[in-house]
Amino acid sequence: MKNAIIIGAGSTIASCVIDKLAAKDFNIYLLARDSEALLEKQQDLNVKYPNANIFIQAFDVLANSMDQITEKINICFDTLGTVEVVLIAYGTLPNQKLCENDLKEESSALRINGVSVLEICHHVANKLQLQKSGTLAVITSVAGLRGRQSNYIYGAAKSMVNIYLQGLRNRVNQYGVQVLTVMPGFVDTKMTAEFKKGLLWAKPGKVADDIVNAIFKKKDIIYTPWFWRYIMLIIKSIPESIFKKMKL
Amino acid sequence: MSHEYLSWGRINNATSMLDYAPISRNKNLDFADVNRILTYGNGRSYGDVCLSDQASIINSRFLNKFIHFDRKDGILTCEAGITLQEILKLIVPTGWFLSVTPGTQYVTLGGAIANDVHGKNHHAVGSFGCFVEEFELCLSSNERLICSKAQNANYFFATIGGLGLTGWIVWAKIRLLPICNPNMVTNSYKFANLDEYFALNTELAANNDYTVAWIDCLSSGAKLGRGIYFTGAHAGYQEELIQPKASHLGMPIYLPVSLINRYSLQIFNFLYYNRRQSSAPVMQHYEPFFYPLDAINNWNRLYGQKGFYQYQFVIPFTNAREVIAEVLKHISKRKMGSFLAVLKTMGDIGSGGLLSFARPGVTLALDFANQGNKTIELFRILDQIVLEAGGAIYPAKDACMSPELFMRGYPNLDKFKLLKDPKFSSNFWRRVVGE
Ligand SMILES: Cc1cc2nc3c(=O)[nH]c(=O)nc-3n(C[C@H](O)[C@H](O)[C@H](O)COP(=O)(O)OP(=O)(O)OC[C@H]3O[C@@H](n4cnc5c(N)ncnc54)[C@H](O)[C@@H]3O)c2cc1C
Ligand SMILES: NC(=O)c1ccc[n+]([C@@H]2O[C@H](COP(=O)([O-])OP(=O)(O)OC[C@H]3O[C@@H](n4cnc5c(N)ncnc54)[C@H](OP(=O)(O)O)[C@@H]3O)[C@@H](O)[C@H]2O)c1
Repeated sequence: MKNAIIIGAGSTIASCVIDKLAAKDFNIYLLARDSEALLEKQQDLNVKYPNANIFIQAFDVLANSMDQITEKINICFDTLGTVEVVLIAYGTLPNQKLCENDLKEESSALRINGVSVLEICHHVANKLQLQKSGTLAVITSVAGLRGRQSNYIYGAAKSMVNIYLQGLRNRVNQYGVQVLTVMPGFVDTKMTAEFKKGLLWAKPGKVADDIVNAIFKKKDIIYTPWFWRYIMLIIKSIPESIFKKMKL
Repeated sequence: MSHEYLSWGRINNATSMLDYAPISRNKNLDFADVNRILTYGNGRSYGDVCLSDQASIINSRFLNKFIHFDRKDGILTCEAGITLQEILKLIVPTGWFLSVTPGTQYVTLGGAIANDVHGKNHHAVGSFGCFVEEFELCLSSNERLICSKAQNANYFFATIGGLGLTGWIVWAKIRLLPICNPNMVTNSYKFANLDEYFALNTELAANNDYTVAWIDCLSSGAKLGRGIYFTGAHAGYQEELIQPKASHLGMPIYLPVSLINRYSLQIFNFLYYNRRQSSAPVMQHYEPFFYPLDAINNWNRLYGQKGFYQYQFVIPFTNAREVIAEVLKHISKRKMGSFLAVLKTMGDIGSGGLLSFARPGVTLALDFANQGNKTIELFRILDQIVLEAGGAIYPAKDACMSPELFMRGYPNLDKFKLLKDPKFSSNFWRRVVGE
């Protein structure tokens, strides 16, 4: 059996990935913020996949210190042995307006979506490098490709992760470690429950399919669904002098 | 944060004051400062039972986890936000099926209980509620009750078919049906008019687990009520199993006008009635048999921007033939018929739900494109016929019925009111009963 660690297992997208991995006979360690929901999720997976071993631990990137989180990740590796897949999926969609008026809000958004992710990547990458195998997959966002007035705090954090992963990929490639950057567009999840959904919106199951395929195909960077590559190509090509006047 | 909710007919909508999206079934929601609450399942009700203006909405979508599956005895416990499709994916490969299923698998367990839904086997086994062993009901006081026939029975029977008004169903335990495989053995029989339908039904309903009929509601005169009668049974041992066809059909956008009008209907009904029929039994996967419409995603958008109504009623067996004929005459005269006209007889096994729709008699379900007053006027005429026949209209499909019709069709209403939660309310409830 293979092993996976899911950091942010409560995420709607991650939940779909977990199902797809469990169906492929993975043992899975779940880390999520809500300990009650985690227990329920473990029970759910035990019903669906009686042969898989599902382990759980609660974690919170705001409430826990980095040492505590490092320790939690060590426990996952110690329990599972060789780990094939680590997925980092947690995140929040900060209220941009609130962030503009409240620095504390802004810092915590940057910490959750940016800095804490890098710290976890730092530790996980070293573990995989030692193993000389495995995949580190991180969900960032197409929002990290160009700053827009409506959500540049979130975008900045995701962009920081994008660049970090690029460097990391370059560093650990020689050790046989895959680093996968996942950039979804609009996905119908808990995070976006209140948004009106249109044509561009994808179902979490579709995004999870793309993620799992990219892991097994050893991809570096994916846009999901695929058409976001082209949408972002257009958005990135708009000259800044025009872009700064647009309401986006 | 607030959010706009739609129901399946896309005529009714409601904007919430606040949304709860619980991810853990064991955590209480804070109802202290809210006045109006309603649970939203998957919005597969056609009218306004699943909608409430100025309310806090419990969005049950993220409570879709399994809790326990007794594979030996076919008893399944899961959170109420799970869809029937998710349940089927787990149970069918292990040799179990839903004891009762409506015509779409995209409804939640909670929604199936709250409308006490019925299926093609109602005449033989009763409604969904007959197979609910127990559930947890959370009241607006945050008191949680385990309800079954033996425990809090009054809440049990008020909640089955209770239109989401007794509280929030958190999880439920249901009894499943053993099957050999996913296949169905199906038969179809043409009937030339209503008399032939009733004769055929007497014979076929007695010997078949699943029965339903499609009728061409544009035909008139001697052909009034002509259609096709379908029967089905779960298949036995198969040398080769059939795979379901993956569907990629969908209606991604809202059309400005309805694709369904009197001309397209006439063509459809003619072709459908006259399609080639096999006289031998046909082997089918259960999906096309139970859920033919699920093959087209968002098929409700075919009706365009204005949306559509569904009108479903049940009337007692006495005089049923005459009453159905009268209804069909009114429809064919106006050429407003629907391409989904479904006729079925229901049996006398009841779930005991105080406000359950399913009851012995004949039920007819019809779709109508929204043509404004013209459609409402037709409904008023049909309402009168249903009222006089001692029938009832199905709240899950309704957007128009009068308070009087509801009261007369649901004689246990007063008993129900005593068990309704003071804070749970829907647009439907306020329309037919008041605050
Ligand atoms: C194509 C199609 C075919 C259909 N065929 C049939 C059929 O054959 N037979 C039949 O009986 N019906 C049929 N229906 C109707 C459908 O089965 C019902 O409307 C069903 O209740 C919808 O479930 P939902 O999960 O979408 O709930 P919603 O429509 O969102 O809600 C329905 C009601 O359930 C309540 N509710 C939902 N979840 C909970 C909960 N957890 N706790 C408390 N209350 C809750 C809501 O408040 C509301 O009153 C059909 C509908 C469609 C679209
Ligand atoms: N949905 C989209 O449109 C979209 C688009 C692009 C990128 N993304 C990215 O996709 C990833 C998955 O998101 P999703 O769409 O699946 O949304 P989601 O269901 O809301 O998942 C986000 C998860 O992050 C967890 N989380 C939030 N704060 C945390 C903290 N301080 N410590 C630990 N965990 C915390 C949440 O925990 P709880 O379960 O306890 O709330 C939740 O499970 C995120 O990185 C998101 O930025 C999403």
